[in-house]
Amino acid sequence: MNFEWTKKITLFAALALASGLPGTIAEAAAASSLLNVSYDPTRELYQSQNAAFIKYWQQKTGQKVKIDQSHGGSGKQARAVIDGLEADVVTLALAYDIDAISDSKLLPANWQTRLANNSTPYTSTIVFVVRKGNPKQIKTWDDLAKTGISVITPNPKTSGGARWNYLAAWGYKQKQTGSTDKAKAFVKSIYKNVPVLDTGARGSTLTFAQRGLGDVLLAWENEAHLILKEFGSDKFEIVAPAVSILAEPPVAIVDKNVAKHGTRKLAEAYLNFLYTPEAQDIIARNSYRPRNAAALKKYAANFPKIKLFTLNEVFGNWRAAQKTHFNDGGVFDQIYLP
Amino acid sequence: MGLFSIKRGNILPGFGLSMGYTIFYLSAIVIVPLSMIFFNTVPMGWDPFVHAVTAPRVLASYRLSFSTAFLAALFDAVAGLLTAWVLVRYRFPGKQFLDALVDLPFALPTAVAGICFATLYSPVGWLGETLTKWNITIINSATGIVIALVFIGFPFVVRTIQPVLEEVEQEIEEAAHCLGATRWQTFRKILFPHLFPALLTGSTLAFARGIGEYGSVIFIAGNLPMKTEIAPLMIMSKLDQFDYAGASAVALVLLLISFSMLLVLNAIQEWQQKEYR
Repeated sequence: MNFEWTKKITLFAALALASGLPGTIAEAAAASSLLNVSYDPTRELYQSQNAAFIKYWQQKTGQKVKIDQSHGGSGKQARAVIDGLEADVVTLALAYDIDAISDSKLLPANWQTRLANNSTPYTSTIVFVVRKGNPKQIKTWDDLAKTGISVITPNPKTSGGARWNYLAAWGYKQKQTGSTDKAKAFVKSIYKNVPVLDTGARGSTLTFAQRGLGDVLLAWENEAHLILKEFGSDKFEIVAPAVSILAEPPVAIVDKNVAKHGTRKLAEAYLNFLYTPEAQDIIARNSYRPRNAAALKKYAANFPKIKLFTLNEVFGNWRAAQKTHFNDGGVFDQIYLP
Repeated sequence: MGLFSIKRGNILPGFGLSMGYTIFYLSAIVIVPLSMIFFNTVPMGWDPFVHAVTAPRVLASYRLSFSTAFLAALFDAVAGLLTAWVLVRYRFPGKQFLDALVDLPFALPTAVAGICFATLYSPVGWLGETLTKWNITIINSATGIVIALVFIGFPFVVRTIQPVLEEVEQEIEEAAHCLGATRWQTFRKILFPHLFPALLTGSTLAFARGIGEYGSVIFIAGNLPMKTEIAPLMIMSKLDQFDYAGASAVALVLLLISFSMLLVLNAIQEWQQKEYR
């Protein structure tokens, strides 16, 4: 065998091995540092929050702290924590992902009652992003189900954000007609109009904004604002439907990990800080809807009035919604079966 | 023949040590991690297992993964043979550059490749714009998956054929020509039998790689249930439901099918090599 070739194989194998080595994010966990495991679109939000909190904490206690962030798909981040990523706090896209962490006994099952507002210091909702001038005149959820409309949304099986999209459409119809059968038929006709199911929300954004597919993108409000900022408000515009879902991305302390690191007090302060006027202002500036009425009023121009219904109103809770709609054999699978 | 090779193995010094080393490494790197799939599946019980791996969506994804990987490997076999031939037999400026290009699919993160393809073939992309006019869709279809897999598997074929082709002396071809063989006869009767085992190995590697490929495919496949969902995506989506057992079950079946196919292909290759010794 050719020597050159052997060398190449060896090099390739070595590279493959090296890239497979496990990350070591979870290590340096001294009492003065926190690891916040979050989901993808909160990167900028928490960069600002962390800077503000570090300043606040130093003024209050004189202690200098360090906060590490980790971002990824919400479900994948939850799995990483279950599999041993030592997050002090988790700030994920949906309660079901934190429920899954609580199933592995890292935090108690009633975690969502421990902080105000269902443990969600900020909310968002699902809006439509359309091409400039709204050439297909898409204004309501019903417009998405019309023939000839191409809708871009990620796969609800792999994307937490996409589950909110799906539930928003379902809840709209169910509240309008009072019938789950009609809601199912409605959601089915919307997904008939979906030409591609990307695995994550950012993938769908690229498909819509960069690859020019689809007439309308279903997106979180904060993502929609980001798209206009990144790709140009001369190319896209946001359409707010009259009714939508209140998306509640919750936060929680991971009890087992803070006990191990001795960071409970710091972690609690960190999450409580998110409810302060200062943090609520940062939240609004990052296009998430603040809970604080004053902050909401200050940035009202960015948050059009939408009639928001909660997930619990229509679906009971996240575990029930997940089981009925998204688990294998659930409604989402059924609408694709011939 | 078999007996003879064992004897020869014993004559070499250090057989015990190197064999132990081999088994240790195969265990540590391949067998132990993969056996986890098996152990994750066992607690789920037989009926849920059968239910998980025979769901219509899962079956459709197996069909899609194996057929697209096969087509891509077939295409790579032809294109790879041609490329290896050009790189070995001809001298031309820029040859080194071309040679290095072949390795790129190895080095590039596959997601990057997927995004490149998706952008290129999108309705507003360089190629996609023209293709859309002719009503040809590449992106979000099985064709797109095959294209991504052809890219991923290409270096395997070229790099396995190249060294073999280098060893085939040109004099043999000249001799065949002198003895009155046509070009086609020379290729078919002299060269091809030499190259076939390497070609088979290369295509098998490309095929195996294609079955497991995830990163590049999900960006171009469209991921529509029953239509363009590949088997690795089924595994990922089960993991996203925290269904570890279900994901392992699908993975186990994928692994077993792939492994038996590789065994068969290796057997064919061994038989071929004996045939021409």
